[in-house]
Amino acid sequence: MESRVETAGINEQALQQQEAREQWTLLGLAAPAVLAVVAIIVIPVGWLFYLSFIGSDGQFSLEHYQKMIQYKSYARVFLITFEVSLLTTVICILIGYPLAYFLALLPQRWAGIFMLAVLLPFWTSLLVRTYAWLVLLQKKGMLNDFAIYIGLWETPVKLVHNMTGTLIGMAHIMLPFLVLPLYGSMRKIERDMMHAAANLGASPVHAFWKVYFPLSLSGMVAGSLIVFVLCLGFYVTPAVLGGGRVVMVATQITAILENQFDWGAASALGVVLLIATIIILYLAARFLKFDAALFGKN
Amino acid sequence: MTARQYFFRGALILANDSNQSAEASTALPIHIRDLTKRYGQMYALDSVDLEIKSGEFLTLLGPSGSGKTTLLMAIAGFNRPDAGSICFGDTEMILTPPHKRDVGMVFQSYALFPHMSVAENVAFPLQLRKVGAAECTERVAEALATVQLSEFGERGIDQLSGGQRQRVALARAFVFGPRILLMDEPLSALDKKLREHMQIELKHLHEKLGVTTVYVTHDQREALTMSDRIAVINHGRLAQVDTPHVIYNQPANAFVADFIGESTMLPLSGDSAGRLMFADQVVTTELPADAVADHLLVVRPERLFVVRDETLDPQKTIAFDGTVREFVFQGETAFALVAVDDRHELSVRFSTDSASSQNELRPGDKVSLGLHREDVITIPDNA
Repeated sequence: MESRVETAGINEQALQQQEAREQWTLLGLAAPAVLAVVAIIVIPVGWLFYLSFIGSDGQFSLEHYQKMIQYKSYARVFLITFEVSLLTTVICILIGYPLAYFLALLPQRWAGIFMLAVLLPFWTSLLVRTYAWLVLLQKKGMLNDFAIYIGLWETPVKLVHNMTGTLIGMAHIMLPFLVLPLYGSMRKIERDMMHAAANLGASPVHAFWKVYFPLSLSGMVAGSLIVFVLCLGFYVTPAVLGGGRVVMVATQITAILENQFDWGAASALGVVLLIATIIILYLAARFLKFDAALFGKN
Repeated sequence: MTARQYFFRGALILANDSNQSAEASTALPIHIRDLTKRYGQMYALDSVDLEIKSGEFLTLLGPSGSGKTTLLMAIAGFNRPDAGSICFGDTEMILTPPHKRDVGMVFQSYALFPHMSVAENVAFPLQLRKVGAAECTERVAEALATVQLSEFGERGIDQLSGGQRQRVALARAFVFGPRILLMDEPLSALDKKLREHMQIELKHLHEKLGVTTVYVTHDQREALTMSDRIAVINHGRLAQVDTPHVIYNQPANAFVADFIGESTMLPLSGDSAGRLMFADQVVTTELPADAVADHLLVVRPERLFVVRDETLDPQKTIAFDGTVREFVFQGETAFALVAVDDRHELSVRFSTDSASSQNELRPGDKVSLGLHREDVITIPDNA
């Protein structure tokens, strides 16, 4: 290569200054968001983490964590939390996948109208929706009356204040979180893909499982993870529709704070839930090859 | 069909060009009768009759919205025509679902499966046909070798260039030995150089495979380059079906003359002696069958030549005197617009011979253009 004497080019310094100014501007624009995240997420979570290690005497202690291991009831709370979250996710997939598929098949304009129907509940208060389910599902509620009227069952069935009611309510509230990303990934599947599968000899069933389903998987995984994680920390719906029988971590935290005003114990529960969630997501990403859905990698 | 027969077909695919007779038996003719497809009030296909011969390369050529893709999709089985018949050989296919038609297809978007590797994409049709693992691997390797992608089997689709994707789509379309191959503007996404290269390659591949090929394009040059026959389609009807030579040199109507190649059309008037005249010149005395109709003279720009000092034999040549309006140098050719009267301009194209500026014309120059009588094309004027 020809050696070349480095000399300052025309306007070189001014151009460099302009570049630097632009980068500072970008940094300045991002700063408020970064500060907000630190202020409302990093600091409070750190504070909870700290509190969980402070014993009743105000000194550093592991007593809250020891209690959690000691008492079986804590393990049960975590088990129920994961059980409810997992079941809700499964129900959402079973209802949401066909729904999203149907929406993706519709012409854009109709899909928009139907999507509105899916999103409409979002605009109603969570509390209102939960209590509405209470009304519908109770022993003398509409659902029982109707089922008895058409002869599905004879005496009123307990549909609420138990696991069933909790799952119905949670699935209803979580459904849009699954349908939205799933619909997005289904819309991106070109019609030619299915044509190609058919052309190459795949029956509609084959084409679905070999081509359509794998291509919609990224949206389904993303939606399922959102639903699952949101469920883990859910409070209102299990508290109201579970009738005290479905005690999830969030319910337990409230109980501890209301009855014992024990910030340390409540924080410890929160920290364990957070860590358990992170571990589950990590394992899911690792072994189910969900990296792409989670981290946007190729 | 058994796996053994598939293998036999696959082997034939890779046989040499010399084995013509055996390959011919691997192709099927397509008979299309009275095929109609409406979208609302609009006829995408209007009673189309088309015979596609066994083993030929037929191109459906037309502007966008002409119905050429609708016709191809009907052959593949992706749309449901309102009426008509599509037979592969002697078998009626109109009610057969696409996955049972056993035709290969290359899509405009390639439609390669992004969640599968190159080899998995190509193996897909073989696995659906329950071809054994060992044979499947072998045939995938052979197909990839045919499209010169032997080293790329393990690659992901997103790691390929446009041209490479095109080849994978091609390999996937013929690996299972279909007797009919459909292609929907397969080269339109490639840049010009690669496209021209692939045109030749596709042509060679067609000669090698010997399958009946139906190719859709809106690019008339591509159609002329590749086809055994061209079916020009417009407004859901066939405007002309013939070899590239005939389509270019004897267009049947104004649409074909205008759509294929460059042309200028001059109105002709019949005189009392039944001759067709332009201004005071006799263009032709050989009257077409329907001499009653008005006629147009189709002039291909490259068939015109500038008359210098030589005298022309009016028996052999028609001369147009005019004034140069414009002259553009375009590399291998130069292009001029010459006004022959108040309302009509002729396009002229010359090759730019050597560095001399012999053919250089300036706007305002008076010029005389010659056209040999054998280059005269007259068509009825339906407008």
